[in-house]
Amino acid sequence: MTPVLAAASGEAALAFIEIGAVALVLSVLARLAGRLGITAIPLYLLAGLAVGEGGIAPLDVSADFIQLAGEIGVLLLLLTLGLEYSPDELRHGLRSSLTPGAVDALANFTPAFLVGLILGWEPAAALLLGGVCWISSSGVVSKVLTDLDRLGNRETPAVLNLLVIEDLAMAVYLPVVGALIVGSGAADTAATVAIALGAVTLILAVALRWGDHLSRLLAPASDEALLLAVFGLTLLVGGLAQEVQVSAAIGAFLVGLALSGSVQARAAAVVGPLRDLFAATFFLFFSFSVDPSDLVAVLLPAAALALLGIFGKILSGWVAARTATARTPGRLRAGTVLIARGEFSVVIAALGATTADGAELGALTAAYVLITAIAGPLAAKYSDRLATRVATAT
Amino acid sequence: MTEVTETQLPGVGVRHEFTTVSGERVAVLSHRTGRREIAVYDRADPDACSTVLHLSNDDTRTLAELLGGSPVSEAVSGVQQLKGVAVDWIRIRPGNQHAGATIGDGRFRTRTGASIVALVRGDETLPAPGPEVALEAEDVVVAVGTTGGLRQLRDLLEA
Repeated sequence: MTPVLAAASGEAALAFIEIGAVALVLSVLARLAGRLGITAIPLYLLAGLAVGEGGIAPLDVSADFIQLAGEIGVLLLLLTLGLEYSPDELRHGLRSSLTPGAVDALANFTPAFLVGLILGWEPAAALLLGGVCWISSSGVVSKVLTDLDRLGNRETPAVLNLLVIEDLAMAVYLPVVGALIVGSGAADTAATVAIALGAVTLILAVALRWGDHLSRLLAPASDEALLLAVFGLTLLVGGLAQEVQVSAAIGAFLVGLALSGSVQARAAAVVGPLRDLFAATFFLFFSFSVDPSDLVAVLLPAAALALLGIFGKILSGWVAARTATARTPGRLRAGTVLIARGEFSVVIAALGATTADGAELGALTAAYVLITAIAGPLAAKYSDRLATRVATAT
Repeated sequence: MTEVTETQLPGVGVRHEFTTVSGERVAVLSHRTGRREIAVYDRADPDACSTVLHLSNDDTRTLAELLGGSPVSEAVSGVQQLKGVAVDWIRIRPGNQHAGATIGDGRFRTRTGASIVALVRGDETLPAPGPEVALEAEDVVVAVGTTGGLRQLRDLLEA
């Protein structure tokens, strides 16, 4: 034993120093983001650019560790996204927000998909770009709503229900694009898509109907046992999903959806800190693999997409708030608060990292998330002023 | 009673709203974490809130106590001012010999000197129950008496 430890210790010491320094930098960024009232995700992405290849301080020995930790981060991120809503909320959201959900998909997914095709990308990559631009960051949206004291507002339930619909749409979208990316021939692709959709339908049905059984099984566990059980289940289901060519991330997402009741709340609480740690690593790793010079090259399309995305979300928020009988200021508040994209977009782009257009997609997504995650909360803050200006102009 | 509307806030909690007699619209937001917010809607923009009050779990309890909901809490806060008088909440064990019998049958005041001033049954409160009221298992008895008398009553009902 001793010689092995001794031989590894030199490298381990260096890795500890690197990881420790990176974690401290991320901590400072998280505080800064809190001060500015934005999410830390864009700042993590910038940090990843700095320590990645071609960055100002590239990491040396700990890159492998960061990659594995980042991959666990995606799983935990999607687990908690799945945990966010109870089956009741999913059912209710589905009933009440189908029309706004459809408008949201059309207004945000379609333009970005077309831009992908215009850029000359493969259809699969364009589909991913559509997804990147479609899904609002539920983390940022709920944070902004809380910070601006808007949870009591009339348009707020409509906004939150739209996030529920997006979450559900992801349960179908992710496995389909995941299968499209790995499938080689047409028949092969059709088969993987079918397997993926079958698995998702099965798990969703089980979760919505019998999720309480799984939850009851886990309920008597102590916090420690629960943390290990949920972590284990997430990695295990994720790994199995990967084996049948459904992405591991989707498996984790479905585990989150399947947990319900009091276990859901407890699991979210115990996994939370672990998720924060690994997810920060994931965002770091994501832009780690983005070449800063690529980022400069995609700035123009990213700005154009962001503009499309801002108007797309204002439209979906407007429609959602109108069905909730909110007036013009409320509709504008709903639209602007939805602008921010974040965790889901990065996860979607990471799915396509291995495709032919993966590098460009990664850079474009990083720039897109940077712009919208910063512009969104700002627009939400000043939307009432915008509303008065709209009112005086008309 | 004022009409209260309930709205689910997915991922956050639940919101209850009502309009006061003077026409002010008020909402109480219950977060899943137990945190509460009280919001008063803006008269100019009825979709938005002009004032939001953030309350921790403790704040909520204090406020509820001050607003004085149930007759029990009012009665209790009254007697707690008296010297030597104690108040106790006692849950009746299932299988206790007094479960199913009336308060009069138990002759509690004669035996312990303590008086039963209220019964809490599930969400329901029965203030000042008469001797004809039957006790049920899992009822919570609110009793007033001396410390010794209350200890005796507890022995009787928790046996």
